[in-house]
Parts: sequence; C-alpha cells; structure tokens
Amino acid sequence: MTSTNGTTSNTPPAGQKSSFLDYAPAPESTAILNLKSEYGLFINGEFVDGHGTSFTTISPSTEKTIATISAADASDVDAAVKAARRAFDRSWSTISGRERGKYLFRIARLLQERAREFAVAESLDNGKPIKESRDVDVPLAAAWFFYYAGWADKLDHAGLGANPRALGVAGQVIPWNFPLLMLAWKIAPALAAGNTVVLKPAETTPLTALLFAEVVQQAGLPAGVVNILTGAGATGQALVTHPDVNKVAFTGSTAVGRLIARQIAGTDKRVTLELGGKAANIVFDDAPMDEAIEGIVNGIFFNQGHVCCAGSRLLVQENIHDEVVDRLKARLTTLRIGDPLDKNTDIGAINSAAQLERIRALSKVGEDEGAVRWSAPCDLPEKGFWFAPTIFTNVSTSHRIAREEVFGPVLSVLSFRTPEEAIAKANNTPYGLSAGIWSDKGSRVLAVADKLRAGVIWANTFNKFDPASPFGGFKESGYGREGGRHGLAAYLAPAESRPYAAPAIQAAAVEPVAIETPVADADPQTPTKFVRRKGANK
Amino acid sequence: MTLSSSTPLAPAARAIDIIGADLTEASLTRYLRGLPTVDAVGLAARATDLGSRSIKTTSKAWALDKIISLIDLTTLEGADTPGKVRSLVAKALTPDASDMTSPRVAAVCVYGDMVATATEALGNSKGEHAPGGINVAAVATAFPSGRASLRVKLADVADAVDAGADEIDMVIDRGAFLAGNYGRVFDEIVAVKAACQRPDKSYAHLKVILETGELNTYDNVKRASWLAILAGGDFIKTSTGKVAPAATLPVTLLMLQVVRDWHRLTGERIGVKPAGGIRTSKDAIKYLVAVAEVAGEEWLEPHLFRFGASSLLNDVLLQRQKISTGHYSAASYVTID
Repeated sequence: MTSTNGTTSNTPPAGQKSSFLDYAPAPESTAILNLKSEYGLFINGEFVDGHGTSFTTISPSTEKTIATISAADASDVDAAVKAARRAFDRSWSTISGRERGKYLFRIARLLQERAREFAVAESLDNGKPIKESRDVDVPLAAAWFFYYAGWADKLDHAGLGANPRALGVAGQVIPWNFPLLMLAWKIAPALAAGNTVVLKPAETTPLTALLFAEVVQQAGLPAGVVNILTGAGATGQALVTHPDVNKVAFTGSTAVGRLIARQIAGTDKRVTLELGGKAANIVFDDAPMDEAIEGIVNGIFFNQGHVCCAGSRLLVQENIHDEVVDRLKARLTTLRIGDPLDKNTDIGAINSAAQLERIRALSKVGEDEGAVRWSAPCDLPEKGFWFAPTIFTNVSTSHRIAREEVFGPVLSVLSFRTPEEAIAKANNTPYGLSAGIWSDKGSRVLAVADKLRAGVIWANTFNKFDPASPFGGFKESGYGREGGRHGLAAYLAPAESRPYAAPAIQAAAVEPVAIETPVADADPQTPTKFVRRKGANK
Repeated sequence: MTLSSSTPLAPAARAIDIIGADLTEASLTRYLRGLPTVDAVGLAARATDLGSRSIKTTSKAWALDKIISLIDLTTLEGADTPGKVRSLVAKALTPDASDMTSPRVAAVCVYGDMVATATEALGNSKGEHAPGGINVAAVATAFPSGRASLRVKLADVADAVDAGADEIDMVIDRGAFLAGNYGRVFDEIVAVKAACQRPDKSYAHLKVILETGELNTYDNVKRASWLAILAGGDFIKTSTGKVAPAATLPVTLLMLQVVRDWHRLTGERIGVKPAGGIRTSKDAIKYLVAVAEVAGEEWLEPHLFRFGASSLLNDVLLQRQKISTGHYSAASYVTID
C-alpha cells in the first residue's frame, strides 16, 4: 500500500507485516474543483482586483500554493461598504421577506448541490479531514441557510415586536477554523433580517468564501447584497471601523475581540462577538464510559482542536481518573492522522505555521510547569503543519495549559471529587463559551448545568450544532448569540429605533422611518402588501 | 428475584475469579447492575462513524476473503432436509466454483438433527484442524425460543455433541433474564457448557445467543454479554435470526466493547458473532472495521469472530469476481446452495 501524496501516515514501513488497519488510501478526488489561479475581491456582484498586496493561500497539509488572493485596502473596503449600502437602499430592504427567503433557499440548495466541491475546497484550504467537511461543515452551512430562509418572512416573531427593521450594512469578520460554516452563521441571519453584508474571511482560509461568492452570483442575488473582501487584519480593521457599517459581527480570538470593542466604542454600531473558550468537559463516575471517551475525543480532537467551544479541560471524577486516562490513550492510538483529503483520516493538519508554533509553545509551557505530557504515537507527514493528539495529566488549575486557549489538539486532564468541586473548577476560567457533562443521572446533569457559567452546555454529547439553537458565550467568550431566534434578533432593531442616533434636527430631514409604502409583491397571486421602506439615512 | 436471594450458583471459574468466591444470585446481580451504562445515541454515533470508513482496493480485496473465512454458513429452517444440508456443505467447501482461490467458510450451522448429515457430507474436511477444514455448528437448547425445561435443553446439546458438533450455539432464557432472574440464566449457561464436554474431556465451542432484539435495551445487552462470558461462553452471539431486529452494527459494537474490556480485565479473548440481517459485503466490511478498531485486529480470526449468514456469501463472491474480472457478474454466476 502506498500513499498517493506522501501525507498519509498509515502506511507501514517496508518489510513490516501489513495490517488491515493500514487501510488503502481512499482519497477524495480534487477533480470536482475548478479553482482559478487568482481570486479578486467580490464587490457589487463582481470579482475585482484589490488595491492591497496580494497574498497566496496554501494547503496546510502540503504547504503547496492553492491560489493567489487579492487583498483589500481601505479604499476597497469603502467601495464594498458603499455597494452594500446601495444594495440595502435600492433592493434588499425594499423586497418582501418572502422574496429574501427565496434567495436564501436558493443559496442553501446550491450549497447542497455543490457540497462535494465545497468539502474538497475546505479540506484543501483549511487542513481539516474531508469526512468532517463533508459530514459536518458543508451540511451545517446549508442547514443554516435553510433555517434562516424560513425566518425571512416571519420577522414579526423574532421577539422584537411587529415590523422589526434591519440594521443596514453588516461588517463581518470570521475565523479560519470553520471558514464556510462561520460564513453561513454570519450571512444567513443577516440577509434573512434584511441587512446587506461585507464579509472578510480569514487570511489563511479565503477559498470557500470566494466559492460562495460564485454561489451568490449563481443565485442571482442583487449586486452588492453580499460582498466578500479578502485580506489580513488591516482589512478587517478597516471594515469594522468603517463609519457606514451599522453592525459588526466577529468570531475569533478574545484579544482581537477586545480590540474591536475598543475601536468601535462610542459609535452606535451594534456588535456581537464570539470569542475564545476553555470549556470544561465534566465526567462523573456514573457516566456511560465508552460514549464518554468518544465525547472527550470528539470534544477536543474534532477539527484538530481548532474549535472555540472545544472541551479542552477534562474534569474527571478522581475515582475513575486512571481508568479514563488509560482508555483515552488506547482510543487515541487508533486515531488516523494524515492527508485531509483521505476519507479515512480522523485528524488533519494544523491550519498554519503560526498556529502550530503557538500550540508547540504552550505545550512546552505545560511540560515546564510540571504537567505530564503524552502524545499519541503516530508518524507525522514531513511536509505541512502537524501536531499529534496530546493529553496532559497532572494538570492543576493554575497551569497555563489549564487556563489559556491552546486552540489545538491538546487536552488538559484535571480531577475533582464532588459535583460542587466540579462546578467550581469548571467556572474557574475567564471564559464561558461551552461545557459538557457526562453522567447517567438526569437530575445531576440538570443540577450541574444550572450552575455552569457557559453559553452552551452539552449533556452526554459534545460539539453538536444546530441552526435552531443559539450559541454564544459568557464573560470573555463574547457577547450576543448566533443561531436560532436570538441569532436573528442580533440583526434586527425594533420598529421605533433606527440604526443611527442622528441628531433630532437632522432626523426630520431624512426619509421617515415608519412610513409604510405599498409595494407590489413579486408574486402576482398574492395581494399587494405593505412593505416597510427602511430609513437608510443616506 | 430479590437482592437478598443467596442461592448458590453452579461453579464457574470465571465468575468466581471476578466476583469472588461468595458467588450468589445477589452478588451476580449487583455486579451486572454495577456495570457502566450505555448511552444509546453515543453508541449509534460511534457505529455510524466506524461504518463510514472507506475500504478500497487492496484493503477491500483482503476484507472480502477475510469475510468468507469468518462465515458460519447457515440453514435453520423447518424445511431443512438431508439434501439441503448436503448442498450447503458443498457450497461451504467450494464457495465459488469458477474461482478455486476463494477461501472456505469457517463453519456450517444447522439444527442438531442435521449434524450427522453435515458431518458425513464434510468427510475429511470436517473440523478446524483438518486442512481447509470446516466446523459443524449446531443450534441447541430449544432454539430459537429457548422455552423448554433445562433437562430437554441439555439433552438437545448432548445429542448434537454426540453427533459430532464442533460448536454449539445456545440461546439464553430471555424470559428469565427480563424477569431479573440472572442466576437462572447463569446456571443454564454453566450447565450447557458442561454438556458440551466430550468423552475425551475436550469441549465443543459454546456460542451464547443473547437474542438482542428481545432484550431491547443496550444496557440489557451489555449485562447479558457479561453474564454469558462470566458463565463460561466462548462466544457471544447477537441473534437467532428469527427475531427482528437481528444483528445491528451498534449492538455488535457494544458486544465488541465488552470482549475488549474482558480482555483488558483478564487477558482472555472471547469471540463475537453477529448473526442475521448481514447480507451485503458493504455491511460486512463495516463489521470488520468495527472489530479491528474496537477489539483489535487479532479478533479477525475464525476462533474470535464469525458472521452468522446465508445470503452474505454470494454477495461477497460477486464482489470478489468484480475485483478479479473488473466487471460485475450477474447473480447467476454464483451458485445457490
């Protein structure tokens, strides 16, 4: 058995007895992908060249260049925001919710039709295993559009009273860990609520956002409703601070989230931040053992641990600590690390050299502080960015690896004696995004969940996402919720308020907000109905 | 059944080693109830995950041959005749008349009264120690319901062993199990095991059928699996094939976890046999993956893993022919048994 591209680590050395577990390579074909060698910015429905310095995006599993990507400078950001504003004023805010819903349904269906293509592109650009992009990222992204498509004509029920209004132009900045899925989390509710968007994908993972721009064209969305700007931190900064952006939505690190909050302080921009986490995964001694082990593995090694809500702190009841660690190690030795495009790969590549460096540095700190490190025995490919699944035992709550977000396949194991201690330790973090509880006793699960300060709590499972379920954090994990009705409300204002707190004297000069203008509905079968014209103050 | 019951159980070395010398119905019950529970959703998710492995080219070719060598080719019908059993044996000996490189199956599985016919038909190829040998497995203990007196069940076993059965597939008393009468189930398995002994002191292999479709919950399956192993079973088997659902991937996965844990605890390896409902190569490969990744590759041998199946063999042969010829054959290119 030979590896197709040198990155599969499961091939036995020559001469060694081959084993069934060295599954023959089963690579997903990249033939379905028609990538261009260069990608521009997607502004006003078209791809245009950016004015910043172009950069390349590479595949983290091979370090091979995938495409050259334009970078947006401040003038590009301005052009994109202007396009979004025009689209908001002229088309998107004037059509009925049902019409908006049709566009969103169309996008969702196109994502499903092109699912394989998106999955391959995502694994290529991000490094995550194809089985994950195929079974999780892409289907969930489509599900998000389907879900919010259904909301588009039901905004009266979003919890803000009758006739809530869109905010205007949303500036959205997303991370590299779930490039397409985070795009869906951001764009679907924004469009359903009637906003237009300018979205900046992460510098290392722009590919699926650019493919999504093609979907936007395919769906015939009015020009400017969705704009995609690629670039680095400066592009994101120019976007969120742009004076004509009404709503800022950011998912990423707490440090950058803080910076954004500071930069937009004093403006009337709405903001939702979904930031870091250091989730506790609490395993009680009556937990279903095999499923708990799976949940621990899924909690921290899913997506190479590049998950803000990853269960990176395992809190295990002391009387089963050794057994859990033994079983965990046995399970980790069966994980398959290698070529992200191989359908049998469980763990893919670390997204970037910089992230790999950070994971290595924090792991080194863990060892230096006295925690015991164990890494799954596996041959890592020579090219690309790789880190073996690693667990630290003997970790105490004061260790940096128990407090700081590693954002990689590194698990810290701590123990507790009583439910009370488990709760105290779980809450002993500046973060509060998610938590997991493993117990066969329903009353204990509910009682503990009640006291955990985390936005999402999973019981006897982990890392489960659904568009109907709101997601967001406590404390330094951010504010605002994405998903569900709450995620929709984050892109709406009550009928009376307006996106700008314009001085009263000027307010009279702008188009009144509350006037209702009859607009012919696109569907001749339905009677003309009143569609609100939103005051754009422009 | 109450926890205070202290009826001494029949001697069973494994149970005494694990539970202690004061083996009683009460201590057995406490032990079984103390096992970690099973989360049904998580178990199903893990099974789905294992089932999504993509087994291609060389791995697939190896898997197809391995599947054949793990099959208990089965006929368990009221209409079984000597002719039908001889035909089954012929198929077991020569699975693919057009390709003699095909491995033989592990065993033929028949009702007890057909053991003599099967033995005679196998001739020199009977028994795992013969070159290319095939075992004769007999279902016994009032299969499939198990609703008979212990005396009748033991006579059923003894008849099959006397007739030359290499393996006995017994059913547990699901009624007693569901009534909480674990001691009764345990004693019966111990007694059947004793009845498997031949005059030369060797034993016919004992497969214990849990009939998981009737036990209904995964917690029950887990307890019954431990119970069967503690009582001396060499194999735990999912189903008779007469009750739906028969073998499923999650239930087999759970039983593999039990034998893995038993090995972890004692160093001893117990076999697993999913039976009923596995009809395609694609499904069977999922089971191989589960065995290799959960229990370990060393379980992929006929003394530790079997498929109880009848139609599976021909589907595997068609897949095998596809690999060697490059195209799919029609069903008429494999023989019916």
